[in-house]
Amino acid sequence: MHRCQPIAGLRSSGKGANRTILDCMFPLFGGDKAVVLPPRGPRAPAASSGCAFGVSGAVPLAADEKGLGIVTTASSADHPTRRDFLFVATGAVAAVGAAATVWPLVSQMNPDASTIAAGAPIEVDLAPIAEGQDIKVFWRGKPIYISHRTKKQIDEARSVPVASLPDPATDQSRVKEGHDQWLVVIGICTHLGCIPIAHEGNYDGFFCPCHGSQYDSSGRIRQGPAPANLPVPPYTFVSDSKIQIG
Amino acid sequence: MSGPSDFQPTNPALKWIERRLPILGLMHSSFVAYPTPRNLNYWWTFGAILSMMLGVQILTGVILAMHYTPHADLAFKSVELLVRDVNYGWLLRNIHASGASMFFLAVYIHMFRGLYYGSYKEPREVLWILGVIIYLLMMATGFMGYVLPWGQMSFWGATVITNLFSAVPYFGESIVTLLWGGYSVGNPTLNRFFSLHYLLPFVIAGVVVLHIWALHVAGQNNPAGVEAKTEKDTVPFTPYATIKDAFGVSCFMLFFAWFIFYMPNYLGDADNYIPANPGVTPAHIVPEWYYLPFYAILRSIPNKLAGVVGMFGAIVVLAFLPWLDNAKTRSSKYRPLAKQFFWIFVVVCVLLGYLGAQPPEGIYVIAGRILTFCYFAYFLILLPLLSRIEKPRPVPNSIAEDVLAKSGGKVVASIAIALVVAGSVFAGSVQNARAEEHSDSPPAQKWSFAGPMGKFDRGSLQRGLKVYKEVCSACHGLSYIAFRNLAEAGGPGYSVAQAAAFAADYKVKDGPNDAGDMFERPGRPADYFPSPFPNEQAGRAANGGAYPPDLSLITKARSYKRGFPMFIIDFFTQYQEQGPDYVAAVLNGFEDKPPAGFTLPEGAYYNKYFPGHAIKMPKPLSDGQVTYDDGSPATVAQYAKDVTTFLMWAAEPHMEARKRLGLQVFVFLILLSGLLYFTKKKVWANAH
Repeated sequence: MHRCQPIAGLRSSGKGANRTILDCMFPLFGGDKAVVLPPRGPRAPAASSGCAFGVSGAVPLAADEKGLGIVTTASSADHPTRRDFLFVATGAVAAVGAAATVWPLVSQMNPDASTIAAGAPIEVDLAPIAEGQDIKVFWRGKPIYISHRTKKQIDEARSVPVASLPDPATDQSRVKEGHDQWLVVIGICTHLGCIPIAHEGNYDGFFCPCHGSQYDSSGRIRQGPAPANLPVPPYTFVSDSKIQIG
Repeated sequence: MSGPSDFQPTNPALKWIERRLPILGLMHSSFVAYPTPRNLNYWWTFGAILSMMLGVQILTGVILAMHYTPHADLAFKSVELLVRDVNYGWLLRNIHASGASMFFLAVYIHMFRGLYYGSYKEPREVLWILGVIIYLLMMATGFMGYVLPWGQMSFWGATVITNLFSAVPYFGESIVTLLWGGYSVGNPTLNRFFSLHYLLPFVIAGVVVLHIWALHVAGQNNPAGVEAKTEKDTVPFTPYATIKDAFGVSCFMLFFAWFIFYMPNYLGDADNYIPANPGVTPAHIVPEWYYLPFYAILRSIPNKLAGVVGMFGAIVVLAFLPWLDNAKTRSSKYRPLAKQFFWIFVVVCVLLGYLGAQPPEGIYVIAGRILTFCYFAYFLILLPLLSRIEKPRPVPNSIAEDVLAKSGGKVVASIAIALVVAGSVFAGSVQNARAEEHSDSPPAQKWSFAGPMGKFDRGSLQRGLKVYKEVCSACHGLSYIAFRNLAEAGGPGYSVAQAAAFAADYKVKDGPNDAGDMFERPGRPADYFPSPFPNEQAGRAANGGAYPPDLSLITKARSYKRGFPMFIIDFFTQYQEQGPDYVAAVLNGFEDKPPAGFTLPEGAYYNKYFPGHAIKMPKPLSDGQVTYDDGSPATVAQYAKDVTTFLMWAAEPHMEARKRLGLQVFVFLILLSGLLYFTKKKVWANAH
């Protein structure tokens, strides 16, 4: 018997329900009064989890009435596979339709075309930023810190043994070669998304006021609950004093 | 819902839950074991279709609300932008907008079915009244939903419908002010309508639960109108009713998809693509087609209060139907007179709908009064009378007997065809009142984008863009089109780099910069076409008082009278090009000298196709004005065709995607319906 085990996840009405109902129909025909059908391949209870309404044990009201019941008679034994194929095909097509319907309903939640267009690369002029200063610009709604690091900050960042860091990365790998004084990081704490404050904390870098994470002058995590370094956004130097972020 | 269930899950976890909350048993007894009369015809599948439509409307509505902005200044634009920018936004909006019409179409069939088969009679009075309540809630929800896009019809629909309450003696004005939240329809009105439009569908869902509960207590009525007595009379809901309903739903979705993918604006109104303007009422305001019969009743009664009472009374009278019709025989199948009068009543309703879309003058008013009388006479005079004088034919002893005596589905098929025709007359009649009176209809042009496989002609789009840029853009904005759109699929076919270069030719205002000043910079792909005037007043001042409309939606915002029977043929031919035909005709329709006897006002120009013929825009195009690089003829006719094609794309950038997906959906639904049909036949093989 291929009994459809009911599960707790009841489906609501709508397209998804079609498949469920169809799936549930099959076992009816394998029910108590029906001719036992040849197996339709492995159909363990787990595999039939799409069924919302179990019918096991419940003999339909009209089932006992000869000729008017739902039970198929010997004729079905002659072509059992053809009928099975029809039910499986209908269920499969309905399932494909339900899945295809879900796609646009989910896809609409992705950023729309105007948001994507607004997320185009931006150019930032570095000339006004004096040594030791930093600025915050927004790209795709995220704050980007651009720090003009002092010699001291660079030296501090490079003198730390990389292996001792929670998220090991060299300072060189986090800046562009030849532009070592410029640190460009996304100013979002990798713990839970707060904005760290620049020039605070014990490492001459960033301090997150929410939960006390501290980043060094290379934007690497040094202390606190944050698991990773401040990420470096994609950027390139258009000229010595201009970068393009994105 | 039909008493305690004998359902026992075998899974221990489910057993545990079932002992504490017998929800599986409830579902099982309601939707699996529930005995359903075995002689139900396909009119009974509309219950399932309506459940599906409510689900579809709630689902798409919740999603649309994620992208919609309920503010008087932003609502119209947010709807346009969600259609243009959100992934599948056009699909979701089309589903929701035509879904409302499908919902009402299905509910009308459902109601007429109840009327025909006497489904309101004892013991189903409460079931019927709950249905009337659902219908009233649907009307309120549909009305408020129509207000949300904040186009001209939205605004004036809101104004007219809320003003209905001003007919209330003594308190009328106060009630209307309360509804508006102001001294006129405005932003507060829009906000509360949005809130209520979100709320009411869930109220409907709640009443639907009661409706189904009442249905499952009383049991379903059936075409024979005799109660199920023995088990021979019924079949279990699953699989019998479920598979039949699934087939019905699938067929209905085919019909629905025709509107979603091919006729999205057929049931709408061109005026609603014009942003709300509190200073100008459209020449002919008509409600959505599903309100038209009641609108006709409202207009037929030449007294404000009486008209409003008549209109609401036409709905409320339905609730009293169980007591107005005392006949013992339920089904009109066995009531020779009631059957005939039922069909006359259907025709009366359809004709009232037709009249509701006509201008309230001349013969239409008289006909409206006669039909209004017929409408009420059916309920208040005819049905009570019939129950006394009619001699019904004998009803079958049981449902099983009815099944065995069943002859053919031919009657049903012919009724279905009649209803489809009547429905399309009814639905399409709205178009009659839509456009202004024209002495000349714009000539129908051959557009490459027309029809189910239509595609834009890329060359024409590029040339049209050139015409717009060199000529139209001097006065007309194109504010919903961004330069990036020029590089999108289904558009003029430019590369991203070309679109960026095109954008860079424009100066775009940006800022403020660090010094707090606004500045100009070259355009970027993300920028929108800059408008020629900073505001409407500047546009009017520069153009002799007439504001040159923004062209982003012009081909959808303009239409003309198609007339009977063209609008029915249009449904089948998928003719949707009134707007482009009109725009091209206006561009071609300038004549140097007005015909004799026509006095042209000062500062106006004669145009053969413009409503009233006096247009403030001087002849914009002349031969040779724009140089084409591809050897196309530099004529006004060609310019007009190209720029109209371009503007059609601007009005619906995803048209090609819509038609392409439509084809796929149709192939799928036909396959699914076919499979469901054969599955249904197999399942029912032994029940007939």
